[in-house]
Amino acid sequence: MLLEYAAIATMILVTALVAVIAVVLGSLFGPKRPHARKLLPYESGMTPIGPGTRRVPVRFYLIAVLFILFDIEIIFFLPWAIAFRELGWYGFWAMVVFNIPILIGFIYEWKKGGLEWE
Amino acid sequence: MTITDFSVILPVTLLTAWASILLLAELFLPRAQRPFLALLAALGLALTLGISLAQSAQEFAPGFGGMVVRDGFSNFLNVLFLLTGLFGVALSYRYNQRAQIERGEYYPLLLFSVAGMMLMGQAADLIVVFLALELLSFPLYILSAFAYPRPQSEEAGLKYFLLGAFASGFVVYGIALTFGASGSTDLARIVASVAAGSANLPLLTAGAGLLLVGFGFKVAAVPFHMWTPDVYQGAPTSVTAFMAAGAKTAGFAALLRVFGAAFPALAADLSPLMAILAAVTMLFGNLIAVAQTDMKRMLAYSSIAQAGYLLMAFAPFEIEAARTMAVAGALFYLLAYTLASFGSWGVVIALEKDLDRHLSIGDFAGLARRSPWLAAAMTVFMLSLTGLPPTLGLVGKIYLFRAVIEGGMVWLAVIGALTSVVSAFYYLRIVVNMFMREGEPAVEREWWLEFAIGAAAVVTVVVSLWPFPLFEWAEWAVMKLF
Repeated sequence: MLLEYAAIATMILVTALVAVIAVVLGSLFGPKRPHARKLLPYESGMTPIGPGTRRVPVRFYLIAVLFILFDIEIIFFLPWAIAFRELGWYGFWAMVVFNIPILIGFIYEWKKGGLEWE
Repeated sequence: MTITDFSVILPVTLLTAWASILLLAELFLPRAQRPFLALLAALGLALTLGISLAQSAQEFAPGFGGMVVRDGFSNFLNVLFLLTGLFGVALSYRYNQRAQIERGEYYPLLLFSVAGMMLMGQAADLIVVFLALELLSFPLYILSAFAYPRPQSEEAGLKYFLLGAFASGFVVYGIALTFGASGSTDLARIVASVAAGSANLPLLTAGAGLLLVGFGFKVAAVPFHMWTPDVYQGAPTSVTAFMAAGAKTAGFAALLRVFGAAFPALAADLSPLMAILAAVTMLFGNLIAVAQTDMKRMLAYSSIAQAGYLLMAFAPFEIEAARTMAVAGALFYLLAYTLASFGSWGVVIALEKDLDRHLSIGDFAGLARRSPWLAAAMTVFMLSLTGLPPTLGLVGKIYLFRAVIEGGMVWLAVIGALTSVVSAFYYLRIVVNMFMREGEPAVEREWWLEFAIGAAAVVTVVVSLWPFPLFEWAEWAVMKLF
């Protein structure tokens, strides 16, 4: 049984080897002509503004929570909508039960002011 | 899906729905009427308790295709968890006002956590075990950080969250290995596959070991206890009280259910491991507790030590007769521990005047003169935790020790007895402080708190004089487990 994994093990080994060889060869034989601009952190070609460990407005977490809330709802809604006729009333009520906790979460966030940016 | 399915998880459903309604109620209730929420939460818990008690006469019933069950074991634990919730509300009510952490989410979170604990007792599938573990843990992470402008509380919340998430990872990995070994996450099917000889035993043992690590975190058994003192100290005391009793009981519920029901075939491998774990936990918890002067840290280490006594229940798993008695003894001891733990944390809350300064053991000096009933109740709890008469703790320890001796592990019982003697030192030091030292402790008089402390003390003493009906209930509860 273990032999079935031999191919995967070989694959992992070869990939690791290729990566190591590329890095080692590059650092051994590659030209090194550093200057200030080259040593800057890479930010898609722009000059970096400020240090990398900046403070992030934590209020984004509310957006994230809201996103998860509706994302999961949609993920479950889509297959249900496709199979709506086959599932019938049973599916309908199951979906209603599924939505009530999400609705409660939404009302909670709304009333707590999570939708207001300022 | 049938009516039975819903009747099986009716208490959990009701409590979850109640918590959701409570969450909405808080939004629409004016600020002045916040205290009303505590009453509503208590009402919901009491209602669920009534339903659980009404269901306790009914027979074993699986639900949702064997994902959850209702049996004697789950009924016993449901009652215990709901009592935990009620105690938690009673201890929190005035404390939260004093600590100015009376935020509306407190009681819904508490109720969600209790619902998770109840689901843990009813789980018959490892997936549900994991779900219940998360449902009970998430609210506790938030509650630990509930006094959030205070850095200690935030630190406690973060520490608990990180280590709890780490422990959850172990549990998931354990479930995955168990699934790989036996082809199912259903506890009954795991047993069947072991019996049929189709399971991969080394893999199953590895899975069981990882599950043990994960649950060990939750019950604060010794190699996995590091978070306990910091979290217990930093969290608001009302939350700590709830956590110390509830989370530990739920962890043991999972251990008893999973290791009792699903892994009896591994008992020969796991039982020496469990015995060593129990011995180390008892030794370490009690010895470190002796050196503590901070009250909350001392009680935290004491709760680690108590987890060791409870772990003894898993040691005699190889011997059929001793096994039932050991698990029944564990359930009994869990009840005794819950009462004593809540009681002693309640007394800490009553004495904790200045919330930024931690209560030390010296602050108990002179309590007997200042408030004799409170001192008497605290004495009862300390005696119960030590295992001295006339308290439930003694009865529970006798049952546990007897089961261990019948299981042929006399050395473990000896360690248990010796560490109990060690524990007497730090428990009775508080009694000595209360009765023999002079001091002027500031005591908060709060009706709900005093009622909870009094009830816990009275039950601890009175039931210990005639504990047999309670033990019979515990024995009945575990009968169907194996």
